[in-house]
Amino acid sequence: MKQDLYTYILGIADNNLILGQRLGELCGHGPSLETDIACTNISLDLLGQVRSYYQYAAQLNERLTSEDQIAFMRTEREYLNVLLVEQPNTNFAYTIARQFLYDIFHKLFIQNLQNSTDQTLVAIANKAIKEVSYHQRFSSDWIVRLGDGTDESHEKIQTAIDDLWTYTNELFQLTPNDEQMIKAGKGVNTALFKDTYYAQINSILNEATLATPQSKWFQKGGKEGIHTEHMGYILSDLQYMQRTYPNMEW
Amino acid sequence: MTPKEPHIAPELYAILAKVSDPEIPVLSIMDMGVVRSAIIDENNYVTVQITPTYSGCPAMDVIGDDIKSALAAAGYSATVELVLSPAWTTDWITKEGRKALKKYGIAPPLTAEADKDVLLHGKRLVPCPQCKSTHTVLVSQFGSTACKALFKCLDCKEPFDYFKCLK
Ligand SMILES: [Zn+2]
Repeated sequence: MKQDLYTYILGIADNNLILGQRLGELCGHGPSLETDIACTNISLDLLGQVRSYYQYAAQLNERLTSEDQIAFMRTEREYLNVLLVEQPNTNFAYTIARQFLYDIFHKLFIQNLQNSTDQTLVAIANKAIKEVSYHQRFSSDWIVRLGDGTDESHEKIQTAIDDLWTYTNELFQLTPNDEQMIKAGKGVNTALFKDTYYAQINSILNEATLATPQSKWFQKGGKEGIHTEHMGYILSDLQYMQRTYPNMEW
Repeated sequence: MTPKEPHIAPELYAILAKVSDPEIPVLSIMDMGVVRSAIIDENNYVTVQITPTYSGCPAMDVIGDDIKSALAAAGYSATVELVLSPAWTTDWITKEGRKALKKYGIAPPLTAEADKDVLLHGKRLVPCPQCKSTHTVLVSQFGSTACKALFKCLDCKEPFDYFKCLK
């Protein structure tokens, strides 16, 4: 049971870690000072939440017994994040589209996690919900601004949404372990808000004068540790210091 | 959720009040509302519980260290624990804390309702800490730290931070 909960926590937290890492890449490279600071602040929130999750997970695992070990000492196949969050910052439109498609899910997920029977997860969710609401506001505003902006911004954000759409369904994939945690009352049954998710996305895309993609071809694999070609590069950046100077601390 | 008054041993209060938030040095951690309890056991050993303003607040580690050294200087050994629940809210910033923020050039949080009107509907309600004009606009939802938004004053033209309401 301990191991199941450990795996379940990673399934939540790894999304935050990898998305936080992606947003962190923009530090000093954002398209404007304000968006640069916003993206890195969101990254900081996500990484702060990750620390709480990993500290909890570290108490449940035999091999990886600290938050740093969990973050830095796993191989690619052991990361359980969805494919969406590892997609690159191709341009600002992709950064915002990725954030938007994740934030809408993240907020619904955290709202439901507040009803878990696991009190540590509830405490983390109660803290995170306020932060995630700000993230969603930020990315939704930008979707509208870019979609309802110039012809060029409209085209770029539409392309990004179309390209990343294929990764949305995986957010709702339930692994056998997820199913078990839902039965135990600790996990979140994402099936319950899948329709709400797509309805909220659709409504904001409408406001942004953007088309909701109709494609039903969806990618998956991340939740089982099978990642896209980008993942290895992210990890080599992320793990570099810890692999070069084992057990280093700040 | 109605936050319980933090339980602070009276003899520790003055010591803890001297520790400031490293990112807002004019603000004591007591005025910030991040200290949730401070107790002394029968062996004169102190346990302090602090709660982060935001999950990723990088100041927490520094605050923990500062608390330990302030207590050590007063002759106490101490442990500092981080607690997440109940989650911190801007309501826990004291009146003195709000005054200190304003004096430092940071607009203190408005009520939750007014905050929403400002950040969502672009209403002009945040008074400029320099000239008090409410002729101010939001520049970015995220300011110099995650807990602040960036504003500018259209009258005196100064940019300033607004401490976002967190409920
Ligand atoms: Zn002014």
